[in-house]
Amino acid sequence: MKLLEFLKRERKKSASVAKERLQIIVAHQRGERDQPDYMPMLQQELLEVIRRYVQVDQDAININLDSDNDCSILELNVTLPRDEQGRPG
Amino acid sequence: MAKIIVVTSGKGGVGKTTSAAAIATGLALRGNKTVVIDFDVGLRNLDLVMGCERRVVYDLINVIQGEAGLNQALIRDKRTENLHILPASQTRDKEALTAEGVEKVLDTLSREYDFIVCDSPAGIEHGAQLAMYFADEAIVVTNPEVSSVRDSDRILGLLASKTRRAERSEPPVREHLLITRYDPSRVTSGDMLTLEDVREILAINLVGLIPESEAVLRASNQGVPVVHDMDSDAGQAYADTVSRLLGEDVPLRFHEYQKKGLLSRMFGGGRR
Repeated sequence: MKLLEFLKRERKKSASVAKERLQIIVAHQRGERDQPDYMPMLQQELLEVIRRYVQVDQDAININLDSDNDCSILELNVTLPRDEQGRPG
Repeated sequence: MAKIIVVTSGKGGVGKTTSAAAIATGLALRGNKTVVIDFDVGLRNLDLVMGCERRVVYDLINVIQGEAGLNQALIRDKRTENLHILPASQTRDKEALTAEGVEKVLDTLSREYDFIVCDSPAGIEHGAQLAMYFADEAIVVTNPEVSSVRDSDRILGLLASKTRRAERSEPPVREHLLITRYDPSRVTSGDMLTLEDVREILAINLVGLIPESEAVLRASNQGVPVVHDMDSDAGQAYADTVSRLLGEDVPLRFHEYQKKGLLSRMFGGGRR
């Protein structure tokens, strides 16, 4: 049975893998394109401040700038680790 | 007023210089007064591809620094009327290339020529940014391959923000996608991105598709831009690209896989 499944399974063509990967990375790049130049620094410094109180990973912080017509919203998302009792920190 | 076209890509080795040489030559062959400028200071190669490497006396940096007049540095193409080459400096460092200097050169050329083609160096540093800064149009040379497509997207970001048109809030640089080294047989077998894939990801207008071709190496070996080889698929594809740049509606060729018949397989079936 396993063998039959294996034989029936079509190998994913490498070009479609390439396309999927590119779509993700390009979307990410374009998100960063419109950001002001200070965003990476801001993200780094915010992370440092948070780390004075809570140990979080580099990728636990997500910062986003959305622009509407007349205002911009700075969105900050931090995933805090939980201890054994389920409390943050 | 000349139209300034930058040939750029981000990634190296995708065919910028080959394309700049072929497109500039194609524009001149169609009767447009054209000059092609090498911006790759320190690593000039346009002169080799254009076949005028032994006639270089002065270069772009000499002109910018006032050591030579523009007319002394411009090289008249031997084969094509209406075509001149302005080589890059081979020895100086890239910082000698200044925005003010480049602007002055382009302004002067702009009065005499119909088209100014700027051959950008690879990368996104000083030289590449200067090559695109004054552009009206950009040809983004892309191979159907992940790193080239990603780098092309980075370049599109720079074209939208780091050009004179962007800084002055003028109409944006017109972006054209030129796909090179396209291999329809590998596309058919599913191992190469299709032209629709690349176009969809980069979301800009396709100006040309150049198939992987033996004619390209043959052309650069001889120092004759491939557009002169009109028996070849690549030569014809570049000629089509030039027509589209001039606003003509030309159908796409060389994107479908032609399976070779028995006869053409036995007897070679023409040049590629």
